[in-house]
Amino acid sequence: MIRVILTRILATVPVLLGIAVVAFFLVRLIPGDTVNVLMGQDFSDPVLEAEMRAFFGLDQPLPVQFWDWFSALLQGDLGHSMRSGEPVTQEILRRFPITVELAIAALLISLTVSIPVGIYTARNRNKGADAAARVASLIGLSLPNFWLGILLIYLFSVYFGVLPSSGHRDFAFTWQHFQYLILPSVTLGLSLAAVTMRMTRSSMLEVLGQDYIRTARAKGLGERAVVLRHGLRNALIPVVTVLGIQTGALLGGTVVIEQVFSWPGLGSQLVQSIQDRDYPMVQGLTVFLAFFFVLVSLIVDIAYRYLDPRMYRRG
Amino acid sequence: MAENTPIAMSAPASEPGLPADAGPRRTRRGLRVLRNLMRDRTGVVGAVLVGLALFAALFGPLLAPYDPNLIHPDARLAAPGARFLLGADELGRDVLSRALHGARISIVVGVLVVLCAGAIGVTVGLLSGYAKGLVDGVAMRVMDVLFAFPTLLLAMAVVAVLGTDMRNLIVALVLVYIPAFARVARASTLSVVEEPYIEAARAVGLPHRRILFRYVLPNIMPPVLVQATISLAYAILVEASLSYLGLGVQPPDASWGSMLATGKPYLELAAWLCMVPGLAIMLTVLGFNLLGDALRDVLDPRLRR
Repeated sequence: MIRVILTRILATVPVLLGIAVVAFFLVRLIPGDTVNVLMGQDFSDPVLEAEMRAFFGLDQPLPVQFWDWFSALLQGDLGHSMRSGEPVTQEILRRFPITVELAIAALLISLTVSIPVGIYTARNRNKGADAAARVASLIGLSLPNFWLGILLIYLFSVYFGVLPSSGHRDFAFTWQHFQYLILPSVTLGLSLAAVTMRMTRSSMLEVLGQDYIRTARAKGLGERAVVLRHGLRNALIPVVTVLGIQTGALLGGTVVIEQVFSWPGLGSQLVQSIQDRDYPMVQGLTVFLAFFFVLVSLIVDIAYRYLDPRMYRRG
Repeated sequence: MAENTPIAMSAPASEPGLPADAGPRRTRRGLRVLRNLMRDRTGVVGAVLVGLALFAALFGPLLAPYDPNLIHPDARLAAPGARFLLGADELGRDVLSRALHGARISIVVGVLVVLCAGAIGVTVGLLSGYAKGLVDGVAMRVMDVLFAFPTLLLAMAVVAVLGTDMRNLIVALVLVYIPAFARVARASTLSVVEEPYIEAARAVGLPHRRILFRYVLPNIMPPVLVQATISLAYAILVEASLSYLGLGVQPPDASWGSMLATGKPYLELAAWLCMVPGLAIMLTVLGFNLLGDALRDVLDPRLRR
């Protein structure tokens, strides 16, 4: 088991390295370089430009530049924002908890909706409720999450006027704070729930057809124990995998949803930095989010092996 | 991560005793697939929705009552009515004409992305599954890195570097969708090359190129087609998201995503500005999803619900 986990951890190292390489060269692909962007188009001063290139290390050969950037990255230094001059790392760490708050709330909502509905529909296969839930999940899959957000704003902020349409308050256990969290997290949670519900339903159906379920019934266990203890436990294994995949959707989702609800997290920052052409910030955010995504996938993968002892031996 | 990717996994539909490159028989198989598809209710609904979107994309400019960018200053935020069937936007542009124009953009982006990403991805997957060894290892590690980025994030990073316009958006999305096709193609190539007819083709001394394109490629197409339909749905969603964020199609050109972005501030006064493009995206994506589901059922009977 330890060996499998260690191999898995080692296998992510080249992926992380690859991300760093991609992020580094992505910014080098820009027509012109940082100095051109800083100087603007109408201004040209070769001496000053050369000085600035030397200052940023842009006169060095590419491998040297990469090494400088990469060793700084390893020390948590992602450079400085070209707009504010603040360290990129500091800005990321300031906004990260705000995004995590939204992501966790969305994940909780998606699980509380999708797992019970998935179990219920699997138990009542091909009945009315099952068909309704399947149609709902297909629509959920096809609904752009930002449009769902706009619809919810229309319903709860414009029509009923009970919830704020956008914004954020510093974390506190008060209604003042939570009222801003409800709409964005419900929007994101529901769009994630569509996939998780489908997965729970199909894996529950598969598990309920297994021999050990028949055995559990045969030895006289109550329906509740059969479904929850023997069924759900086994059905959750693939669901955990899907949750791992969904981290990507969750991260991408926060980017869009933060924009819809003016939620001041990493996603809003990313969109703003792209529009500002603030390259160090874009690069830093990309590396940070991709690393985060890879690490979560790693944790999910290990949890998966832990949950499913049959996976012990497989590499 | 190779095993937990959200890609359409299914076995190649290789039928015993049916040589893959028998021309007329293949046509017959195509017809049979089509007939089975039409027998499936979800398939029909999907096909109708996709057909409508394609129709709007092809003939939109002919059907549109006005120039999508023409401003009618007297009709700002005009409600849906006889003059503007679906209302007018904040500058007085016809929403119906703009939505029809948006259909063309969504479909063009979706189709181009899937064609390019499919062509590149399938080639990579086919070659690495057939060659195995070092080629396979290197190609798949590169795909792993591309896959390591969340879809939307990678697309945003590419657009950030290349600049925000439609061509760069397509490049970004192609890059994002290559790995999915490569994985699907590789997985089915690996199982197809184990088939006796490939061994037979090798035994009679056919060159690799001929084996690859005449025998392997046609037999890995079913899962690739399913992947293509699903990717189309998602490519349209991602295009809409990026255009919504202002990173895709630029104003004044209309795309469904950007119409939603510019319409949102007027939600209280003119809700139709958000309802029309939102519904258009949803129905188009739903159509491709339904068609993809039905196609998978027809092409791979083992996965039938």
